[in-house]
Amino acid sequence: MKNTTKGLVIVAVILAIVPFVSPNSYYTDLAIRMAINATIVLGLNLLIGFAGQISLGHAGFLGIGAYASAVLPTHLGWHPLLAMGAGAAVTAVLAGLVARPIFKLKGHYLAMATLGLGIIINIALRNEAQWTGGPDGMPVPAMSLFGFELSGDKHWYWVVAALLLVSIWASLNLIDSPFGRALRALHGSEVASQVVGVDIVRYKVAIFVLSAVFASLMGSVTAHYIGFVSPNFADFFHSIELVTMVVVGGMASVFGSLVGAVLLTALPQALATFEGWETVVFGAILMGFMIFLPKGIVPTIAARFGKGE
Amino acid sequence: MALLEVKDLSIHFGGVKAVQNVNFSVDSGIVYSVIGPNGAGKTTLFNLITGVYKPTTGEIRLDGEAVHGKSPNELARRGMARTFQNLQICMNMSAVENVMVGAHLRLDRNLVKAALRFPALRKRDAEMRNEAAGLMRFVGLDKFADARADSMPYGALKRLEIARALAMKPRLIFLDEPAAGLNPKETIEVDHLVRKVADSGVTVVLVEHDMKMVMNLSDRILVLDYGKKLAEGTGEEVRRNPDVIAAYLGAHA
Repeated sequence: MKNTTKGLVIVAVILAIVPFVSPNSYYTDLAIRMAINATIVLGLNLLIGFAGQISLGHAGFLGIGAYASAVLPTHLGWHPLLAMGAGAAVTAVLAGLVARPIFKLKGHYLAMATLGLGIIINIALRNEAQWTGGPDGMPVPAMSLFGFELSGDKHWYWVVAALLLVSIWASLNLIDSPFGRALRALHGSEVASQVVGVDIVRYKVAIFVLSAVFASLMGSVTAHYIGFVSPNFADFFHSIELVTMVVVGGMASVFGSLVGAVLLTALPQALATFEGWETVVFGAILMGFMIFLPKGIVPTIAARFGKGE
Repeated sequence: MALLEVKDLSIHFGGVKAVQNVNFSVDSGIVYSVIGPNGAGKTTLFNLITGVYKPTTGEIRLDGEAVHGKSPNELARRGMARTFQNLQICMNMSAVENVMVGAHLRLDRNLVKAALRFPALRKRDAEMRNEAAGLMRFVGLDKFADARADSMPYGALKRLEIARALAMKPRLIFLDEPAAGLNPKETIEVDHLVRKVADSGVTVVLVEHDMKMVMNLSDRILVLDYGKKLAEGTGEEVRRNPDVIAAYLGAHA
């Protein structure tokens, strides 16, 4: 069996066991948030780790999804699934529109442009108070599928576990395909990938849009699960958290995304005593990894024990 | 009609005229070499023809079609392949994946089909992996079949670039100093490899400093100096040209 298949099976087994060993709903809640973050980070890692492009505005896309699921059913009476799709569609269009000019930029400029985009989205959500509740946020109607209302940890756990598993499978397929190789190639050498026929701007735009849509869909899921949205979903610190998860787990590592998301979702709980200073601790962890473990946890371990993923 | 025609090609970087009014044409099926002292504009000429730079003035025709100003990926579609003097290998990938990237345009690049593991796409990809392994054998990299690119020695990476270019199934391949930095034994091996590539029906345009290799392989030679065409002809004609001798030996002829 290939290593990736083994990894997928191991993750599936863990996901199947967790709800039965979880002592109380606090841990189930934590597991759900880990799985949600892991799915977002998978998408972001395709952009950052595999294609070598940065985004410091991904929480903005998450916010669009979350607010689409809050605003459209509340104010316009849309079905939650339709609202979720609309959020994803708006995200795709917005990401697609800004991506072309953004990907003419490189390095720091790309980071600045995506950072600005995330902040603009956040400000829009805060200011449109008659729709979004402004800084206070707003409640989100329950999600129902085929007349069956999703409520409580148990339901949501299986939904996000299934989404995570499918996302891992799809990501593994994608990176080991002509599309995925083109992405990794433009990371390795832009000019070499151009001369073999890769339209590099098109690929950067495609993966940016894809990872933004991932974030938007998971934003909708988060909103329905928590039952409430606030502009904090879309704020800059959240974007940094997501990037930190990618870096800590391991750039260009699918299973690294999981490890990064799991560890850094658990961390704030462990740091609860540092109330108000979590941000600083996050920053310190990010710097520490950049200096001492720049490849991230999973690739470093994989290199140490011989075979890669 | 010539496969590649270059007419009055020039590029200026600010005040520097890196390539000035260069004319030449390359017939299908030959090995055509571009030589000249360091800084003569050879790599710039390659970058112009392969679309990495846009010419200031002049024309480039591939099979009669004007292709100047087209992007590298559009030229790749038209069967133009190249290697780089300073290696451009994707160090984040395995050796065989680097070769497979060369076949980008020959494969199904659909994102959705890839993510959902469509059997036809997987099958074609598996076939391509075998074909890429075959190309690695062709360029003499059998023992690196399972290697990561970043674990390979310099000489092997030079060949890996050739394998990647061949994976495009090009009509025309530009080799930018394939023997640079290689020891004499490796140079002879690359010499044989270029001959094999040419014999397989691919037209070769070669930039190389190793004169023995150039004279040995080339059907025609273009000599550049200070961005201008100094001479053009068969190896024998070029070797006897007094301007060429002067440029190479530094004498004032």
